[in-house]
Amino acid sequence: MPKRTDIKKILIIGSGPIIIGQGCEFDYSGTQACKALREEGYQVVLVNSNPATIMTDPDMAERTYIEPVTAEVLEKVIERERPDACLPTMGGQTGLNVAIEAWEKGIFKKYAVELIGADYKAIKKAENREEFKQAMKKIGLDLPRSHFAYSVEEAEQAADEIGYPVVVRPSFTLGGSGSGICFNREELARTSRLGLEYSLTHEVLIEESVLGWKEYEMEVMRDTKDNVVIICSIENFDPMGVHTGDSITVAPAQTLTDKEYQRMRDASIAVIREIGVATGGSNIQFAVNPENGRMVVIEMNPRVSRSSALASKATGFPIAKFAAKLAVGYTLNEISNDITQYTPASFEPVIDYCVVKIPRFAFEKFEGVDDTLSTQMKSVGEAMAIGRTFKEAFQKGLRSLEQKRFGFGGDGKDDVFGLKLDTREKLMKFITEAPADEALKDKILSYLAKPKAERPFYIKYAFYAGLSTEQIYQASKIDRWFLENLKQIVELEAELLQKGTAPFDLLRKAKRYGFSDRQLAFYFATREAKVRKLRAELGIRPVYKLVDTCAAEFKAYTPYFYSTYEEESDMIPSGRKKVMILGGGPNRIGQGIEFDYCCVQAAFAFREMELETIMVNSNPETVSTDYDTSDKLYFEPLTLEDVLNIVEFEHPMGVVIQLGGQTPLNLAKALEENGVPILGTSVSSIDIAEDRDKFKKLLESIQLKQPSNAIARTEKEAISAAEKVGYPVVVRPSYVLGGRAMEIAYDEESLLKYMKTAVEASEEQPVLIDKFLEYATEVDVDLIGDGNNYVIGGIMEHVEEAGIHSGDSACSFPPFSLSREVIEAVCDKTKKLAASLHIKGLMNVQYAIQHGEVYCLEVNPRASRTVPFISKAIGAPLSKYAAKIMGGLTLRELGMTREIHPKHYSVKESVFPFIKFPGVDIILSPEMKSTGEVMGIDEDFGMAFYKSQDAASSKLPMSGTVFVSVKDVDKPKILPVAKKLAALGYELIATRGTAAYLTQQSLPVKTVLRLNEGRPNIEDGIKNGSIHLIINTPMGKGPKLDEAKIRSLAVSFKIPCITTVEGAECAILAMESIRIKGLSVRSIQEYHSWKNETFPSPSSCEGEGNARQLES
Amino acid sequence: MKKALVVLEDGLVLEGESFGAEGERFGEVVFNTSMVGYQEILTDPSYKGQIVTMTYPLIGNYGVNCKDVESERPQVEGFLIRELSPVVSNYRSQKSLSDYLKEYSILGVEGIDTRRLTTHLRDHGAKRGVISTLDLDPKSLLKKVLASPEMTGQDLVKEVTSKSAYTFDETLDPEFCWPTQEHKARVPFNIVCIDSGIKRNILRKLNQHGFKVKVVQATTSAARIMSSNPDGVFLSNGPGDPAACTYLVDTTRNLMGKVPIFGICLGHQILGLALGGRTFKLKFGHRGANHPVMDLATQKVEITSQNHGFCVDLESLANKEVELTHVNLNDKTLEGMRHKKYPVFSVQYHPESSPGPHDSDYLFDRFYEMVSNFCHSRKSGNPGSSSPTLDSGSRPPSAARPE
Repeated sequence: MPKRTDIKKILIIGSGPIIIGQGCEFDYSGTQACKALREEGYQVVLVNSNPATIMTDPDMAERTYIEPVTAEVLEKVIERERPDACLPTMGGQTGLNVAIEAWEKGIFKKYAVELIGADYKAIKKAENREEFKQAMKKIGLDLPRSHFAYSVEEAEQAADEIGYPVVVRPSFTLGGSGSGICFNREELARTSRLGLEYSLTHEVLIEESVLGWKEYEMEVMRDTKDNVVIICSIENFDPMGVHTGDSITVAPAQTLTDKEYQRMRDASIAVIREIGVATGGSNIQFAVNPENGRMVVIEMNPRVSRSSALASKATGFPIAKFAAKLAVGYTLNEISNDITQYTPASFEPVIDYCVVKIPRFAFEKFEGVDDTLSTQMKSVGEAMAIGRTFKEAFQKGLRSLEQKRFGFGGDGKDDVFGLKLDTREKLMKFITEAPADEALKDKILSYLAKPKAERPFYIKYAFYAGLSTEQIYQASKIDRWFLENLKQIVELEAELLQKGTAPFDLLRKAKRYGFSDRQLAFYFATREAKVRKLRAELGIRPVYKLVDTCAAEFKAYTPYFYSTYEEESDMIPSGRKKVMILGGGPNRIGQGIEFDYCCVQAAFAFREMELETIMVNSNPETVSTDYDTSDKLYFEPLTLEDVLNIVEFEHPMGVVIQLGGQTPLNLAKALEENGVPILGTSVSSIDIAEDRDKFKKLLESIQLKQPSNAIARTEKEAISAAEKVGYPVVVRPSYVLGGRAMEIAYDEESLLKYMKTAVEASEEQPVLIDKFLEYATEVDVDLIGDGNNYVIGGIMEHVEEAGIHSGDSACSFPPFSLSREVIEAVCDKTKKLAASLHIKGLMNVQYAIQHGEVYCLEVNPRASRTVPFISKAIGAPLSKYAAKIMGGLTLRELGMTREIHPKHYSVKESVFPFIKFPGVDIILSPEMKSTGEVMGIDEDFGMAFYKSQDAASSKLPMSGTVFVSVKDVDKPKILPVAKKLAALGYELIATRGTAAYLTQQSLPVKTVLRLNEGRPNIEDGIKNGSIHLIINTPMGKGPKLDEAKIRSLAVSFKIPCITTVEGAECAILAMESIRIKGLSVRSIQEYHSWKNETFPSPSSCEGEGNARQLES
Repeated sequence: MKKALVVLEDGLVLEGESFGAEGERFGEVVFNTSMVGYQEILTDPSYKGQIVTMTYPLIGNYGVNCKDVESERPQVEGFLIRELSPVVSNYRSQKSLSDYLKEYSILGVEGIDTRRLTTHLRDHGAKRGVISTLDLDPKSLLKKVLASPEMTGQDLVKEVTSKSAYTFDETLDPEFCWPTQEHKARVPFNIVCIDSGIKRNILRKLNQHGFKVKVVQATTSAARIMSSNPDGVFLSNGPGDPAACTYLVDTTRNLMGKVPIFGICLGHQILGLALGGRTFKLKFGHRGANHPVMDLATQKVEITSQNHGFCVDLESLANKEVELTHVNLNDKTLEGMRHKKYPVFSVQYHPESSPGPHDSDYLFDRFYEMVSNFCHSRKSGNPGSSSPTLDSGSRPPSAARPE
C-alpha cells in the first residue's frame, strides 16, 4: 500500500528528560521518525521538553515545542497546530502515557486526531496486566501462573497449587515494597502477612517464580498488510530477576535450537497480532525454564524501546525509521533496506558477529542506596560492543564502559572483597593461593547469588578460586554457555600471566579473545605502548568488518564498522579528506546526551563542508551511532588503543576531541603524542586549563580571581591547607567528572572524615582544597571562538547558589538577577580567557559571584553540558559552528560575530533519579546526581520557570497547602516567600521551629508534628495527600535524618520538594505567573523568528504560509 | 587441536583448526546465513557434495540432539565455522557438535574468517574446495581440487535416496507446535513421496497435515507409482544438478495430469524441467532462513527457509502451461509456480522450515485441499480438473510480476 495522503500533519510526542529507564534511545527513535516522515513529505509537529536532543533541533520538524510533555500541553499544541494524526510510539513510556491520558480526556477525539502506529485499545491491552494476561491466554501462550489472595490461608492455598518458590506481590504499594520470594510455607506466611498489610487493597498476588530462568527479548515489526518480521533476538546474560535494562544482554540469542527459536518467533508474531499493534515495532519478553524449556511470556512494549534501539544498532536495521514509514501506510516490502539498497525491508536481519550490551551504573553517587539489581531499573546508561565472538565483544564492552576497566579484569583494577590485585604479582599470588581458601570460595558463592554490577568480575575470581562452572551456575543461574566463555578468557589470562610474554599465535589468540593492549601490558609487566609496538612488529592488527543486516550475503553500501582480529577488512578507506569525531561513550551522570548532541551536530557540519565524517562511539542509544549520521560509523570503545587503530586505518586529517565530553578530552594528550592531529583548541591549551599551576598563572595574567586553593596529598597536608584557605572548603579528588566525591567541609572534623572515608589521597591522586564561597551566585558561560574572534554563546545564571553542582542546578538565560556590571565583567574575562587559550571551538567557564566580585571556578576548553540548551535558547547551533571552525571556517564566515539577545527567558531544570532509589536523600550538593534536563521557555521568567518545573515532573500547585521547614539561617530569607504564599492564598504549615518564626512574623501558619513527635505527623500529611508543596532546606545530609525521610517521602508520593531558598523564590514567581497568565505554548521556530518582531500564529499560516515562514 | 587447511579452486587458502574427524574431503563450498539450526543443516541431504560454512560465528552452543535431524546422519562433506562453543548448553542436548561430527567422520574446521570466505563466495560464486588435515600443502591441495568434479552436471540424488520404499508416520514434536500447527484431524489421503534426499520435516509436516505417506526411491517409475493408486505425489528436495536427474524429469512428466503433485526445492526444479523449462546455476545460491518471498495471489510476504544452488529459469517457462505464484523479493527469482490446467504446484523454498520460520506452513494445506478436491472430482467423474485452491479469482496483478 502506498503512503497515506489523507494525513498531512503528524504530531510526534517525545520522551522528555533523560531519566533512568528512558535514555538517549528516544532521541534516536524520535529523530529517525521526524526524518522519515519529512522525507515522505509530511509536516511534523514535535513536543519534547528535552533541549539536549537532536530531535528538538529546529530543522528536524516544522514546529518544535520545547514544552512539558503533558496532556495539558498536548492539547494546547493540538489546538494550535491541528495535526491530522499523532504518532505516540516514539517517546517511550512517557510518550505512551501522555497519549493514553490525552485519549482518556477526549483530546484526540475533540480535535479529530488519529493515533497511528498503535491505537488506544492496543496500548491498553499491552499495558494493563490483566488485559494482557487474558489476551495471552486467548492465543494459548503460557504465563507465570498466579492467583490473587486476600488472606494468608488463601496465599498458602495458591502457593500449594502453583508450587514453590513463589513470589508475593502486594497490590498497590509504592516502589514494590512488601514483595518477596518464598521457598517454603513458613516464609510465605510471613511475607504474605506483611504484604497484605502493605497493600492498600489488602490484596497480594501469589505468582510462580521464574527467577533464574533464561530471559529473552524479541524485536518484532508489523505492517498494515499484516506482514510480521523479527528484527532481532536478544538473550540476557543475567537471568530473570534483573531488569533487562540492568542486564548484560547479548544478540542474537545464543542457546536456543531452531525448534525453540521458531517457537518463540511464532509466539512473538501471535502476540503482536493479538495485542493489535497495527504497524511498527514492539518488544516482547520471554522467560524460558532452563531445565525443561518451558516458555512463558513476560511482557510486551507496543512501541519502540531501549531494546529496539539496541536491536537497530546490533543489526543495522533502523526500526524506528521504518516504524514511522509503516505508520503512514507503507508495507515492509515497499521500503528498501538502506544498507543493501536493492533488497526490501521485509526480511529478517541476520548477523555474523556477537553483540554485547553492558549497563553502566552510578551507585557511588547515591549514599545508602541498595546496589542489588532487581526488577526496578537502576543503570544510567549502557555501552554496546561488537565482536566476532562473545569473548571479544564482552571484553570490548567492558572497556567501553568508561570505568577505567580495560576488559574482563587483569587491568590492575581487580578487587576481591577489598583485596586489590593492582600488580601482576598480586594477581599471580591470588591465582596461586585462592584455590586453597575455602572461606573465600563460600564468600564468592554467596556473593554470586545476588545480582550486582560487579558480579561478572566475581565470576572470574570464582574460577580462580577453583569453583566449577556448575557451582557458579547453581549460585548465579547465569547460563553455562556464558560462564564457559568467561572461563576461556580467565584461562587465557592465566596463561598470558604465566608466560609473561606471547609469541605470535598466543598474542593473536589474546586479541581474538578481546584482550586490550593495556591488559596485556599488565600481564607482561610492561607499558601499553610496548605491546602496541610488539603487535605492529608481528603484524597483529585489527580488521574492520561491516554491520550489514545480511551477513555478507549482499553487498552493503552503508558503512558501519567494528574491529576484530581476523584476516580481511570489508573495505579500503577512501582517499577523501576526512575528519574523525570521538563520541562520549555510555551515558552516566555528568556525561549524557548533551555531548552526543554536539557530536551529531559536528557530523552534520562536516558533511556540509563536504568532508568525510567518521564517528567513533560505543553508546547504542544515541543519534551519533545511527549509521545515517556520519559517512562512516565505527562502533568501538573510546580507549586510546581502539582510537589509534582506527586512526592508523583511516588517516583522518584531524580528530575532534572537544565535543564528546571528558572521555575524548582525556585522550587528547596521548593521541597527540602518537602523532594524531587534534582539531580545534590545542592540546597545550587544554593542558593549561587542566593543570592547576598553569591555570593559576593564566588567571593571574588576566587579573581574574579564583577562590583561594591548595593541594593536599595527606591528611596532615589537608588540614593545614584548609586552615590556610579558610573554612568552609570544597574538597575533591583531582581529575574528576561530575563532581565525583566532591564535598563541602565546614570544619576540621568533617574534613578529616572526608579524608578518611571518601578518598584515598596519594602522590598521583592529590586532593584539591578550595575556599568555598558562601552565598555566591554561580554562572555558566559558553563561548565560541575561532582563534581570533570570540563570541559569548550565553551567560546562564544558576538558580541555586554556588556549592551545588552546576549540572544539578536550575539556570536561566538570560540572567534574571545579575547586574549589568557583573555581566560585562563576566563577558570581558571570558573573552580574555578564550584569547589566552586561543580557543578554536567551544569553551565553558564557571564563575561564582560573591558581593559583586567575579571568581573563576573552572574552565573547560570543550563543549559543555549547556551547549545544546544555550543553542536552543539563542537559536544558533553552537556546536555546528564549532565544528566548522575546526574545519577551517571563521566566525565571520559563519555569520556569528555578535552575541544574540533573545526576547524570551529559557530556564533549564535538572532531573533526578531519586524515585528509583527509595530512601536516598535528595538534597543537592557538589556531587552531581541528575540524569537529565528540561527546558522551559517563555517571555516571562516566572512562566519559563514554571514550565521547567512542570517538565521535570515537579508541577507547582495552583493552590493548597505548603509545608515549610528551613534551617535557622534561611528563616529570614524564607519570610518573603512565605508571605507571598500566604498572599496567594496557599495554606502554610510548618514544624515547630519554622512555625514559631513565621507566627512571630504574624503569618498564619499551622504547626505539624515531626516524625518523632507523635501522630498524625508530617508523614501522614504527605501520605494522605494533604500537602501539595514542600519547602525544606537541609540542616544536614544523610538518609538517617528525619528531614531526609520527609524529602524522600515527597519523592515517593510525587510532591514537589524544593530544597533551596533560591528555588523557593523562583517557584513563587512561577506560581504567580501561572495563576495570572495561565499556560500557553509556542514553538521554537516562532521564538526564533523574533527578528520579525511579531509572532505569526500557526493557525493563520496553514500550508503555504507555513512554508514561507520556515524559509524566513 | 589439529591444523586444517581449506583450499578453493581459485586459490583462496584458509587456515583453521580441525574439530571433527580428520581426513580430506572435497565439495562445493557454500555459505548459509541461518543463525540457528546447524543440526538441521548438517543433516539435510540437499547438502550432499557440499562443504558448508555458517556465517554466524558461534556454533555448537546448544549441542545436538536425536530429534532435530533431517535425515539419519550428517550429510555435508565438511563444516567450516568461526568458533566452536566451549560448552553445550541446552536441556535437549545429548552430545557435543564435535563428537557428533567425529562419530560420522565429518570434517569440521573452526577459526575460519567465515565472513571473508562468505564475501569471497558472494563475489566470485560458489567454488569447489577441499578440507584437509592430512595434506597441509596449499599447492598440492589446489591441484586436487581442480581435479574434483564440478557441481553442474552431477546427479547426487542417487547417493541420498532411500534404499527401499517405506512408510513414514513420525509426527512433529507437539512441544514445538504452535496452536495453528496442531495436527489436523482430517480424512487422510495416501500420497507417494519420491525421495530425492527428502528432509524429515517435510514428511512430518505431510503427516501433520493429513497425509499418509509412503516414501519411494527416486528411480521409481511413474507406472509403478500410479500402481499404488495414490491420492497425490510429492516431489522432494535433494542435492546436485536437477538437469542431471533425467529419470526424475521423465517420471514427473508422466505423472502430470494423472495425480495432484506438490514439489519442493529440487522437486520444484524437476517440475520446471518436466514442464519444458530450463534450470541454471545461481552464482552462490540461496541458503538461509530470512529470504522474503511474496505470494502473488495474496501479496503477502513470507519469510522463508531456503537452500538451493540451482534455479528454474523464469524466461524458459514463458510460453508454457505455467503460472508464477511466488517470487523472491531479494533477487526477483522464481520461488513458486503452478500448472495452469493440472493440479500441480511447487515452491523453490522450504515451507517445512527446519531450520527456519513457519510462515509458509499454509502450502501443505493448499496441497491437502488440492488432493481433496481432485479426489472429490474424480469420484464425481470429472478427472483432471484444475487446481482448486489457488483460483478464487485472485490472479496476481501483472504489475507485481517480476521482470
